[in-house]
Amino acid sequence: MAKNLSAKKIPFYKRVNLTLWIGVAIVAVFVLMAIVPSLFTHFDPDALDPTAMLQKPSAAHWFGTDNYGRDIYARCVYATKIDLVIGVFAMLVPMIMGTALGLLSGYYGGKLDMIIMRIFDIFMAFPYMVLAIAIVAVTGAGLKALFFSIWLVGWKEYTRLIRSEVLVVKQSEYVQAAKVLGYSDARIILFTILPNVFSSSLVYAASDIVMCMMSSASLSYLGLGVQPPTSEWGAIMSGGKTFFTQASWISIFPGVFLIIAGLGFSLVGDGLSDMIRTKKR
Amino acid sequence: MDVLNYVIKRILQMIPVFLIATIIVFALVRAIPGDPARVMLGDRASQEAVDLLRHKMGLDKSIPEQFWIFFKDMLHLDFGTSMKYKLPVGELLISRLACTALLALVTVIFTIVISFVLGYLAGMKKGSFIDLIIRFYALFGLSAPSFWIGLVLLDFFALKLKLFPVSGWGNTMGEHLKAMVLPALTSAIYVSGILIRNLRSNVIDISKSDYVDFAISKGISPARLSIFHVVRNALIPATTLLSLRVAVMLSGSVVLETVFTLPGLGNLLVNSIYSRDYPVVQGVVMMFVVLVMLINLITDILYSLLDPRVKLQ
Repeated sequence: MAKNLSAKKIPFYKRVNLTLWIGVAIVAVFVLMAIVPSLFTHFDPDALDPTAMLQKPSAAHWFGTDNYGRDIYARCVYATKIDLVIGVFAMLVPMIMGTALGLLSGYYGGKLDMIIMRIFDIFMAFPYMVLAIAIVAVTGAGLKALFFSIWLVGWKEYTRLIRSEVLVVKQSEYVQAAKVLGYSDARIILFTILPNVFSSSLVYAASDIVMCMMSSASLSYLGLGVQPPTSEWGAIMSGGKTFFTQASWISIFPGVFLIIAGLGFSLVGDGLSDMIRTKKR
Repeated sequence: MDVLNYVIKRILQMIPVFLIATIIVFALVRAIPGDPARVMLGDRASQEAVDLLRHKMGLDKSIPEQFWIFFKDMLHLDFGTSMKYKLPVGELLISRLACTALLALVTVIFTIVISFVLGYLAGMKKGSFIDLIIRFYALFGLSAPSFWIGLVLLDFFALKLKLFPVSGWGNTMGEHLKAMVLPALTSAIYVSGILIRNLRSNVIDISKSDYVDFAISKGISPARLSIFHVVRNALIPATTLLSLRVAVMLSGSVVLETVFTLPGLGNLLVNSIYSRDYPVVQGVVMMFVVLVMLINLITDILYSLLDPRVKLQ
């Protein structure tokens, strides 16, 4: 009885981590869209229709059609899969790499730390887009360049985050105890320190996916990432470039998908960090 | 004297970063699969022309020799000749720098105005409806790709309302500034998203601090309190964040210059990739690296001036 009373005092929206769950719901819809796109549209994303070229958004074609008469909404729906896959893969590699470097740099300190921090400085000096385009110069446009450039720059934030946390955790009693017990460095790093610092990598990863998806869309928009006719949100927008003055919807609607997906992941990230913060208190 | 020492020290620290960046830029063209000269001239070029270009680019020399020549030339701002524009790359860079610099400047001004006003408002009115709207705006700014915001603004303000030019940046300073409004606003919407969130939480923390309570108990005016106590302290972390964002901003300008067809460095870079104009690519990348390093140096100095507690070390 007493339990019920105390639960009633806090309104529902404060008891439940609303931010997190709205985010999870949005992301879930996109995951569903990636797995079964046919649930969301009956149009074939690649079907050409010469009778319906450059049509305005209407009841039949929600987002309008492009210069080949393809339904933009269907193309956006079918592009979800590749965009999510790019977002996740582009995020995973730097997360692992950056976390590992942060652990090593923070735990060992000294020369290793100095070297890693200098590499950090060098990458700080290259604006992301500039480096990505420079990589495209070498590898040619396409997915390879896209992943490679995101991996090459994405690790920095994880390293900085984890390094600063390791510096704190390293001083804690339980790590000292593990050292006294004679545990190997590898064991201490992987089983004592990592579980205590990994949550910040995870929180950052949620917002990092958004950045990865946006970078890949930007590169594709410039014509340097995913190549047409593959439907990817940025690539669809890029395809509308030439017709922008008469058919701006081709470029504008895919961005709405990108924003909603981005919002979903951002909310998950915010929600996760709220959750971890309350737990720590 | 302290400041001077600090500047010299920071410049010395920049040298290794600069050197390694130079090596990376140098390696760029050498890493292209096959013969860069052949790639640049295309399949139909004669072998003589390819050999001549190889010789001109120094590709027939040993790698250390090539690097030395590249490095020496670079210090004279000599990156070779553009294949497409038939101009020295250095000249090309300088002619394009003005546009990018103006864009960055207008963006910073917009960003500061938008984020300081909104961040302060949201922090002071925490939990109110205004706070909610501003927080939503900040989240939107972060989640929307800048080139998309650019396209929407372009569609509405330039195509429909015809208030701003759709492309190019005109000939006079007035036209230049007018052409900068939309791209700078686009960039500012993104950057201010991060800053507003940071400023908001700073303002909230500071208004709870002991020194603000003390200032209120002394009976100082609300205006004085907000300017000298809250805003000044909230500015410090925001400035660092802003400086960290400058690289991101320049990154964004590459895409935005393409969206708004502005004759800046980013536009030059993208077009040079399409036309395989590698000397220009090298020059632009190097230019961006130097710009970022300079801006970081300037913000570090500004930072120490804003916060006397930060010692120049």
